[in-house]
Amino acid sequence: MLEKELEQIETVGNSYYLNYLDELESEAIYVLREVWAQFQNPVILFSGGKDSIVVTHLARKAFYPSRIPFALMHVDTGHNFPETIAFRDRLIEQLGARLIVGSVQESIDNGRVAEERGKNATRNALQITTLLDAIEEHRIDCAIGGGRRDEEKARAKERFFSHRDDFGQWDPKNQRPELWNLFNGKHYEGEHFRAFPISNWTEMDVWNYIKREGIQIPSLYFAHEREVVWRNNSWIPNSEFLKIEEHEEIVSKRIRFRTLGDITITGGIESDADTVEKIAEEVATMRQTERGNRSDDKRSETAMEDRKRQGYF
Amino acid sequence: MQLENSEILRFTTAGSVDDGKSTLIGRLLYDSKSIFEDQLQAIEATSKQKGHDGVDLALFTDGLRDEREQGITIDVAYRYFTTPKRKFIIADTPGHIQYTRNMVTGASTANAAIILVDARHGVIEQTKRHAFIASLLQIPHIIVCVNKMDLVDFSEEVFNNIVEQFKSFSSKLAVKDVHFRPISALLGDNVVNRSENMDWYTGATLLHTLENMHISSDTNKIDARFPVQTVLRPQSEEHRDYRGYAGRISSGIFRKGDEVTILPSGFNSKIKTIDAFEQSLEEAFAPMSVSITLEDDIDISRGDMIVRINNKPQVEQELDVMLCWLHAHPAKARAKYIVRHTSNEQKAMIRDILYKVDINTFERDEEDKNIGMNDIVKVRMRTTKPLMFDSYRSNRITGSLILIDESTNETVAAGMIV
Repeated sequence: MLEKELEQIETVGNSYYLNYLDELESEAIYVLREVWAQFQNPVILFSGGKDSIVVTHLARKAFYPSRIPFALMHVDTGHNFPETIAFRDRLIEQLGARLIVGSVQESIDNGRVAEERGKNATRNALQITTLLDAIEEHRIDCAIGGGRRDEEKARAKERFFSHRDDFGQWDPKNQRPELWNLFNGKHYEGEHFRAFPISNWTEMDVWNYIKREGIQIPSLYFAHEREVVWRNNSWIPNSEFLKIEEHEEIVSKRIRFRTLGDITITGGIESDADTVEKIAEEVATMRQTERGNRSDDKRSETAMEDRKRQGYF
Repeated sequence: MQLENSEILRFTTAGSVDDGKSTLIGRLLYDSKSIFEDQLQAIEATSKQKGHDGVDLALFTDGLRDEREQGITIDVAYRYFTTPKRKFIIADTPGHIQYTRNMVTGASTANAAIILVDARHGVIEQTKRHAFIASLLQIPHIIVCVNKMDLVDFSEEVFNNIVEQFKSFSSKLAVKDVHFRPISALLGDNVVNRSENMDWYTGATLLHTLENMHISSDTNKIDARFPVQTVLRPQSEEHRDYRGYAGRISSGIFRKGDEVTILPSGFNSKIKTIDAFEQSLEEAFAPMSVSITLEDDIDISRGDMIVRINNKPQVEQELDVMLCWLHAHPAKARAKYIVRHTSNEQKAMIRDILYKVDINTFERDEEDKNIGMNDIVKVRMRTTKPLMFDSYRSNRITGSLILIDESTNETVAAGMIV
C-alpha cells in the first residue's frame, strides 16, 4: 500500500490544483462576492488588526477593477494605539473607501453603557453596545469580520454567514446549516449577519499570505522598544489608560504584538522579529496561541462564547 | 515549515464520544504538534478538575458551554492543523442518529471521511449510517479506522474480521476509495507514529494516509462551469468599458479564446480575458475565483452560467433530488420553497415524495410520505424557471442545492440532484 501510494504522488506532477494559500484566497473572495450579492448594505468591521487588513485586501482583489464596494466600520474604544488610527486613516485614503466610526466614548457619554471599574477594567465588553448601535443607526445588514475558526473554541463552530437576531445576538444552538458553498443570507428587517471570509485561515496562513502579497501592516506587529508592565503573563503597554499597581514596575522591553486590540488589554511578547519574514518564522515555532496574550479571553473558560452570544465580533 | 505548493485536504470525522473520536482528533493534533502550550495547560487543568487520569485529549475538541456540561458535541466544529505536506481542515461532527444533518453538513465539503469503528464491537448500525452518508455525499475517499486495538490485544484477526464485515455491507454503496487502518487513538498507535504493538500491519499510518492521498482529481476537471456571482462595472475613467463577470469556477478549465454559451439565454460568445486582480490569465480552473470578460456585449447577471459551447449541463425545470431534511419543521408535499443552486435562486415546489431511505438498512420505503428532521428522501421537484445543473454524482458543486423556507428564512434541506 505504502509504495503504491508513493508512486501515485509522483505521477500527479503538473496536474491542475491550487496551493493552500490560493485556495484560501479563492474561497474568501467567493464569500465576499456572495456578501455583496446577497446584502443591501454590508460593511467591513475594521479594527486595524492584521485579520481585518487581510479581509480588506481580499475585498480589493474580489472587486477589482471596481473600487472596494464596502464601507469600513471601526468601533473606536478610545483606548487605541495611536499607530492603529494613523494606519486606518492612511488605508482609507488609499482605498477611497468610506469610514464609519462607532465611538465607545460617545456610548458612555450618552449613558448607553457604564465604564467598568477595578484594576482590570477595560472597554472591551462595552464595544458590543456601540457596535450594535452603529449597525442599527447605519442600517447595516451584514458586518464582515476577520474572525477565524482557529482562534478560539467558540469560534470553531462559526459559519461563513452567521445570523444575528434583532437584538444582535448569536445563538450557537440554532445556527443555519451551511452546506457546500451555498450560503443563506436571508433575514428580516432589523436582523443582520456577520460574515467571516477567512474562517478557514490559521494565524500561520494569515502571516504567510501577508508575506506573499506584501500587505502593509501597522508597525506594532514588528519588534520595537516599548515601556511595558508584566501583568497576566504578558507585557502590557504603558499608556495613559493603564493603572499601575504598587508592586508593578514599568520597564523597557523589545516586544511586538501578535494581535491588536485595546491598548489596555493587548499584551506583547518579547521578540526580535522586525520583518514579516522573521515574524512568519517566529509564528511557525510559537508554542502559545495568539489569544493567549489577550486578557479579555482569560476572564472565564467560555469568555469568548459569552461575549459572542451578546453580539461581540 | 509548510511547503509552498502544499494543498488543502478537508476531511470529516464521524463517530460518537464512545468511539474515541475526540481522542483521535486530539491525538492527531497533539502528535503533529498542533496543540499550543496554553491550550494544553487548559486541558490539563480541566482533566484534573474532572478527576481524569493524565491528560484527556478529548477535551481539546469540546467547544461550547452546553457541550462541556453535557459532554457531547452538538454541532459541526472545524479544526485545523498543518504538516510540512498539507494543510488539513477537519469537520468534526457528532455521530448520533439525531445529528445526521450535521454529518451531512460536514461531509458536503470533504475530500475524505474517517469512519471510526470500535475494535471490540466491530461494524455496528452507526458504522453503516456513516458509510451511507459518505456515499450519499460522494466523499471521494474513506478511511475506516479500527480504534481501540489496545483493548483487543492488537489482534490481527479482529482487524481482518472488521475489514471483511465492512466490505460485505459497503459493496451495496457507492464508495470508491476505502482504506483500513488499525489504530489506538488513546496510545497513539498508527495515528501519527507507527505502532510498535502490531508488527503484522505493514500499511501506512493514518496521518501518512491523509498526507499522501491523491486528491487533485477529486474535483471535476472536464465539465467547465462558471456560475456568475456578480457583474463588475467599475465606472472609472481608466476602466470605463470593463464589464467582468465575477465568480468561482465550479468545475473544469476555461481558456482565453474559448467559445462559450451563456445559460439560460443560450447566446454564444468568446472569452476575451480571464482576470484575477491585476493579472490576466491564459487559463483558469476550479476552484479559482476570477472575473471573465467576453467578446460580445450580452446581458448577463447573477444566476447565469457560462459553459463551453460543446459541453452543456442539463437545463430543466423538473428534477429528481435526494434530500436530507435539516429542520425541525417537517416538509409537506406540494409545499413551496426557495431553492438556492450555485448563484441561482428560484422558487420551487416538492411535487412528489418518491421514497424514503432507512439509513441503517439502506432500504426504501415508498409508503411513508412524512419528511422530518434527519430524513433522507428522494423527491421530484419543479422550479419556476429552469436550473442549469449536472448530476451530483458527476459534479458536487453544480449538482447540489439547498431549500429555504420562505416564511422563516431558515435553511431546511440539502439536496443532491440525481
